[in-house]
Amino acid sequence: MGIVDQILAGEVRATARLLRDIDDRVPSIQPLLKELYPHTGKAFIVGFTGSPGVGKSSLVDQLTIYYRKQGLTVGILAVDPTSPFTGGAILGDRIRMQRHFLDKGVFIRSLATRGHFGGLTKSTNDMINVLDAMGKDVVLVETVGVGQDEVEIANSAHTTVLVTIPGMGDEVQAIKAGIMEIGNVFVVNKADREGSRKTIRELRNLIELGIRHQELNGWEPPIIQTEAVKSRGIEELALAIQKHREFLLANEKTQLREALVKRARSQLLEVLKDEALRAILNRIETRGVSLEELVCRIVEKSADPYSIVQEMLAEELR
Amino acid sequence: MRRYVSMSQNRRLRILIAKPGLDGHDRGARVIARAFRDAGFEVVYTGCHQTPEQIVSTAVQEDVDLIGLSILSGAHTYSFPRVVELLKENDAEDITVIGGGIFPLEDIPELKRIGIREIFEPGAKLLDICKWVGENVKPREAMVA
Repeated sequence: MGIVDQILAGEVRATARLLRDIDDRVPSIQPLLKELYPHTGKAFIVGFTGSPGVGKSSLVDQLTIYYRKQGLTVGILAVDPTSPFTGGAILGDRIRMQRHFLDKGVFIRSLATRGHFGGLTKSTNDMINVLDAMGKDVVLVETVGVGQDEVEIANSAHTTVLVTIPGMGDEVQAIKAGIMEIGNVFVVNKADREGSRKTIRELRNLIELGIRHQELNGWEPPIIQTEAVKSRGIEELALAIQKHREFLLANEKTQLREALVKRARSQLLEVLKDEALRAILNRIETRGVSLEELVCRIVEKSADPYSIVQEMLAEELR
Repeated sequence: MRRYVSMSQNRRLRILIAKPGLDGHDRGARVIARAFRDAGFEVVYTGCHQTPEQIVSTAVQEDVDLIGLSILSGAHTYSFPRVVELLKENDAEDITVIGGGIFPLEDIPELKRIGIREIFEPGAKLLDICKWVGENVKPREAMVA
């Protein structure tokens, strides 16, 4: 069986190996991704974002139990940060999902950001597509969790869940507008903690301030209280996510299409950026120009990055 | 900590660190996980109380190049061969397995015979372990379409 057939048949090892090649951005993935693409579009993609320690992994774990009880298969992508100094990473989100390790209906993959910002990795979109093509009904994507800059998930997921915990108090006020606008469902986890009601109030205020355009389209983001480790509030969360999904499908012409357009545009630009950079670097190399030499010129201040790039592009795009 | 990443290919080594069995002393495992991270590797850390089945399932899904089993309790005589056996059953024999922790000296040759590539005992230097990995474990080759 060819690799693509193996993946469409749901084979774990072939899928895992392709995900690895995607992670390493090996050129040979392109024809495979092209072949798999028509088989995507069936999975429901849910993103989870929020600061470190709010309980994203635990919620993903609990929701997976719920979805499995419904007979749905689940793919999980969990992102952890790459050390900017060493390039290595410790990927520890799996620890919270141990009960699913032997369940053939659940596929869990840990990813490192590898220097990418925005909450995801360069390869996340492609990996979502592979899990989709592999036949997973639901794909849960857990962002790296640095909080405020994590808006990228909104371009990759159908529904974005923003998770907070009580006691963030003034920090809730300080949350940048961007992240408030991308949440389709808001969760206050560890809701048994002190300050929970205050947090909910502040969230509600921020939601009302920040996301008028969502309400104009008819979707009022709910705030769900959960205690993930005690399995409380999970069904409500799942139902809220389901409601958002139905909202997207009911307004297919507008909402779902808008979500798909965002995702496609984001992916197209990512691929374009990668390929254009690779192409230009290849071309200047064949012309005998050394990247390192250009870098040295910048360090020695005999050239600046802007002029160098202008020259490069003028030469290459002639 | 020197970095042992193959820069030319941008392929990062992926390593699974797990503790099979009931042994709950995980400081060694955490220390080596951090050392591997500092050496430039990506480490999937699943912690304590893993069964061999869970370990192999994780190793396959995460497509790791190396499994590091940490054990101090003497249960290596069951869990290590079981991991090697399950890797064979799952067509994943190309994943290297090493062990770290406390082992009776007389058990080590047998462990190596059944497929554990190397055993690191207390006192092994982190630098030496990272060096060994960098020299002996290569990232998997890309798949051919």
